Amino acid sequence: MHPAKSVILFTTASGAGAGLLVWLVVFGMAGRLPHDFLFQILALSLAFILVSVGLLSSLLHLGHPARAWRALSQWRSSWLSREGVAALTIYPTAGAYGIALYILGVSSPITWALSFATIVLTIAFLISTGMIYASLRPIRAWANPYVPTGYLLFALMTGAMLLTVVQSLFAEDHKPAMGITIGLLAIGLVHKWGYWRFIDDVPSSSTPETATSLSFLGRVRLLEGPHSEANYLMQEMGFRIARKHSRVLRCIVLIVGFILPSLILGVSLIFPSADVVLILLATFFCTVGIGVERWLFFAEAKHTVALYYGAPSA
Amino acid sequence: MTDLPQTPSAVKLGLVIDLDICVGCHACAVSCKEWNSGGYSAPLTDFDPYGTHPSGVWFNRVHSFEVVDPKGTAKTVHFPKSCLHCEDAPCVTVCPTGASYKREEDGIVLVNADTCIGCKLCSWACPYGAREYDEDAGVMKKCTLCIDKIYNAALEPTSRVPACVSSCPTGARSFGDLGNPESGVSRLVASRQGFDLMPEQKCRPVNKYLPPRPRQTVGASVALNKEISDQAGFLARWVDRIFSR
Repeated sequence: MHPAKSVILFTTASGAGAGLLVWLVVFGMAGRLPHDFLFQILALSLAFILVSVGLLSSLLHLGHPARAWRALSQWRSSWLSREGVAALTIYPTAGAYGIALYILGVSSPITWALSFATIVLTIAFLISTGMIYASLRPIRAWANPYVPTGYLLFALMTGAMLLTVVQSLFAEDHKPAMGITIGLLAIGLVHKWGYWRFIDDVPSSSTPETATSLSFLGRVRLLEGPHSEANYLMQEMGFRIARKHSRVLRCIVLIVGFILPSLILGVSLIFPSADVVLILLATFFCTVGIGVERWLFFAEAKHTVALYYGAPSA
Repeated sequence: MTDLPQTPSAVKLGLVIDLDICVGCHACAVSCKEWNSGGYSAPLTDFDPYGTHPSGVWFNRVHSFEVVDPKGTAKTVHFPKSCLHCEDAPCVTVCPTGASYKREEDGIVLVNADTCIGCKLCSWACPYGAREYDEDAGVMKKCTLCIDKIYNAALEPTSRVPACVSSCPTGARSFGDLGNPESGVSRLVASRQGFDLMPEQKCRPVNKYLPPRPRQTVGASVALNKEISDQAGFLARWVDRIFSR
């Protein structure tokens, strides 16, 4: 599949923003966030800016961005529509939670209800993002349980990383957030490894023989394409560069995205004087790693339509 | 509404494509392009049409496959492919806006170009590659089964079939109601063991394909002999004998 930059930016940025929002609410309700108004405003704004940047970049991917409001209508059948509805309901709910937390405090049942609603909606948003891909049966690499769980996991992981950054910038106690980040980095590493083993080992049930239903005659291969130039389908669904370099790129993801950040976060515990710099460095590596991970997620995925254009497998 | 119709239509208009007859002339693809350039989804935008790298929107394409049997004998199968107007069309249910829909009255899958946002998700959801993105219009386009031709009362009744069917010089394409077991196309499918493409994708396509018939074996191994055979004339055998000494 063609890795569109707007979709990569959308899924990584809005994922991290939504993950940060979840942790802000969880830590806020646990009374582990400072009562500093500036901290609350900055942290919530960072979460909202990331989610908004992601949503806006996904709009740029559309042929008619001005019609995007129509995408809220088909939530009964479409995961893309559900994602849009969830995304837009997060804003007023999380905003109301922020106000309730400031005015009524942690112990108010209204604050509890709003915190719960915010967490549920944000997780529904993240799972919807994953399900957009997981519901596409023609793409074997996407239509599996690793995909929605991965979107949720990597969002919570990058979100926890961001909370660690904000807390350390405010010289607050960031050890619980960092502990969660390191734990999620470890789970994320295993998850990504498992995902790659799965897509390498479990082939698509579709083949050139099933695409043409000519298996009763023998082996099928493309003799002549329908035209001399590449068409939309081949450009959108026949992307092949990543598979050529997938081994190197996967190593980069595991080392830069998961192992290096974990090590640097661990080192920052030993050198508390330089912890802000080290945490920012770990975040930088994790961001690069997740960017490559998302690029690979698209670029490595094969679509059954390629079977009609000479691909030996899908 | 992008839910599939609550009560699936009894009428299921579709195509039956005979892979035994198709000679791969591309007339169906060209006439499809011609008709639809002025029809429901017009224009079918082309980029660089007379240049070195032309590209554009086509609803129908003819692929050619080579099928090699276990004995190593190869056979060429020309394979026209357009939208299969699936009964469980994933392109319809993934659409976030309702622009993509399946008609209740005849099962034709269409795109409303006025409400399509051009997110391309339907083209990802279709296993067959039936969806086309018009880069210029910013919307998805697809085979309409020539909806503006098959219901056109201004045309002769015999012309009220999709352009690909009327243009096929060999009669490899048939159009009709596959929901009615007594229709001509349904009987054709039953008599020739017509099949679905990629049944494992569970889209339940309406369009059916008919298999190539078995190769005739009589006379299949006729080839020139290397040597002059006993059937050669007296003079030829005599000359052969003289010069072979």
